[in-house]
Amino acid sequence: MAVTPEKTKRGKKPAVSMDRDELFAAYASMLLIRRFEEKAGQLYGMGLIAGFCHLYIGQEAVVVGMQHCIEQGDEVITSYRDHGHMLACGMDPNGVMAELTGRSGGYSRGKGGSMHMFSKEKGFFGGHGIVGAQVSLGAGLGFSNWYRENDRVSLTYFGEGASNQGQVYESFNLASLMKLPVVFIIENNRYAMGTSVERASASRDLSLNGVPWGMPSLAVDGMDVLAVKAAGEQAVAHCRAGKGPFLLEMKTYRYRGHSMSDPAKYRTREEVQRMRAEHDPLDSAKKHLEELGITEAEMKKLDDDIKLRVQAAADFAQASPEPDPSELWTDILVGV
Amino acid sequence: MATDILMPALSPTMTSGKLSKWLKQPGDTVKSGDVLAEIETDKATMEVEAVDEGVLSKIVVPEGTEGVAVNAVIAVLNADEASAAPATPAAVAPVAATPAAPAVAKPVAAPQNLSEPAWGETKPTTVREALREGMVLEMRADADVFLMGEEVAQYQGAYKISQGMLDEFGPRRVIDTPITEHGFTGMAVGAAMNGLKPIVEFMTFNFAMQAIDQIINSAAKTLYMSGGQMGCPIVFRGPNGAAARVGAQHSQCYASWYAHCPGLKVVAPWNAADAKGLMRAAIRDPNPVIFLENEILYGQTFDCPVSEDFILPIGKAKIERAGSDVTIIAFSIMVDVALKAAEALAEQGISAEVINLRTIRPLDIETIITSVKKTSRVVSVEEGWPFAGIGSEICMTVVEHCFDWLDAPPVRVAGLDVPMPYAANLEKLALPQPNWVVDAVKKLF
Repeated sequence: MAVTPEKTKRGKKPAVSMDRDELFAAYASMLLIRRFEEKAGQLYGMGLIAGFCHLYIGQEAVVVGMQHCIEQGDEVITSYRDHGHMLACGMDPNGVMAELTGRSGGYSRGKGGSMHMFSKEKGFFGGHGIVGAQVSLGAGLGFSNWYRENDRVSLTYFGEGASNQGQVYESFNLASLMKLPVVFIIENNRYAMGTSVERASASRDLSLNGVPWGMPSLAVDGMDVLAVKAAGEQAVAHCRAGKGPFLLEMKTYRYRGHSMSDPAKYRTREEVQRMRAEHDPLDSAKKHLEELGITEAEMKKLDDDIKLRVQAAADFAQASPEPDPSELWTDILVGV
Repeated sequence: MATDILMPALSPTMTSGKLSKWLKQPGDTVKSGDVLAEIETDKATMEVEAVDEGVLSKIVVPEGTEGVAVNAVIAVLNADEASAAPATPAAVAPVAATPAAPAVAKPVAAPQNLSEPAWGETKPTTVREALREGMVLEMRADADVFLMGEEVAQYQGAYKISQGMLDEFGPRRVIDTPITEHGFTGMAVGAAMNGLKPIVEFMTFNFAMQAIDQIINSAAKTLYMSGGQMGCPIVFRGPNGAAARVGAQHSQCYASWYAHCPGLKVVAPWNAADAKGLMRAAIRDPNPVIFLENEILYGQTFDCPVSEDFILPIGKAKIERAGSDVTIIAFSIMVDVALKAAEALAEQGISAEVINLRTIRPLDIETIITSVKKTSRVVSVEEGWPFAGIGSEICMTVVEHCFDWLDAPPVRVAGLDVPMPYAANLEKLALPQPNWVVDAVKKLF
């Protein structure tokens, strides 16, 4: 973390805590996301998925760690790099994959695609394609909890690229002014499409971006699910206690291009390889699990189960029929 | 030498106001900058300061007088001793500033109900009051409805639409926002996605351009993108179009911008009944509704139904005046222009039917084509720019649906294709006047 001005309110870096079972569950979620995204990439290559497809590979610890901090009834909203968030929220991999293939079995019945899926039941509010727009919407989810005077919290994710958008700061101001229960989570994967954070943000420590609004914040190793959970618990507790919003900067990394069509010439192969080799969130969680006594057989079984689960989703997504042409004219207005 | 003190204009659209209190009395010495009186405008209570120095010799308009026209003499400074006696209220007669701006808007007689059920008893109501009544009734009925915007709460509304609502509903339901249209619009849309029913007031729709991404990309499209799961019951409201002398950035009609987009409904009330009835319908509608008001209409008085149940359907136009020779189609303040034109045409033996669209999207095509099949001529009237405007849509709709009934090509009357000028004469030249409509109609014969 960079130098913290003494006058600003900053959160304390808390102790790490996840027991064996919880870490195993978190590892399973991360592995599901990874295998799902690998499969999505494969289906894209086969022409079964089209358009924009932004894979979450490398960033799994962020959303999984945060999901372990919240409860049923809390809300999650993010940008277009959203497959991981949906799976972490407990949405059905079949429905997500079928939306990617544009089929009637998809969460939006094939009308949303990779960037636009929702599940009120699982508290997932999308899936938004305009960089930064979901941050104001996330403030609105927090607003609805404030309005209803419940103790729900909204997790609002955005990339470091979005963190330069004006409406992000408008939302910080509104949330701080009204003490809205919103955890703002910057997923700093270092590249906004092809522009590195150094070339796009004059701010050298994004975790300080909430300081002018008196928002407490933490910079977090977003490649470590234990660190994410520990920081997330602190942030969520702050919001739930009615103390207003909290900012988390998750330092993370995406292994794949911005989208499937990105040749990724803006960074070296070595850089990606080094991150994979030294900072992979699954590897480090696995190592912890081994220290906690997980057996090779348990890991193998998990691996096999997830492979089957993802294959089933891929099969479903290909077998599900395309939406009926009549779907073109539905869901434009309620009651019409 | 005697100096007249005149009723000041304290807002762009003020034509008259109430002289609520005198703070100086005849015989008092006043210095430049002293507060002379308090005046209640259509927007706020303002203090009037002395510009000249001297002795206040006469009060012409006593305190408590309502409807004092801008530029009327309200007091006299340094008059001859002989005439310095206080004026008696009986001698006072507020003077109209110009013939075009009557001191008090006369109630416009409710036109005969030609296309909708009668709602019984009515009372004279300003459009401002009608908008407020519509919101208040819905907020009393549904705890999920709230009002948010700049100056809506403690200031009582930049245009006093929300006056008194903070007192009744409290700060959780009538919420002042900072001047951050993009941010608070997104916040309101997010709240609507989570089941609340926000009313977002834009101080004017000009400022909503800052937020139009959230209105179109988030509010209008999410239902479709979510396969019907995630609706957005929200009302975006505020004054639209030209006010008076506020220049290019504050004088634009956005009707065609929003009407272009699937996923939105767009309404544009003209009179008080439209305002109240459509406001209630817009709040109850489960979809995002763009509610285009008009600042000049806020202070105008019309007969409005008092029934607790009064509501108007979105998507239904109203025939304000029946006629047989030509159909004039207008919305918002242009309905008034169309009616004036119809009156002038009647004197020339041409019977014009005037349709008040009320809703722009979905357009009431049935009412339009039924009328045009009867009259065989059509003129659209709008304040906005002509290119790709609502008039273009209306004319094409007529061509598609009743080309064979037409005796002449459809004609558009629209605001001039220029940014709004500030100068009084130029502004008037840029906005449709009744004689423009009369001229357009006469070319069809």
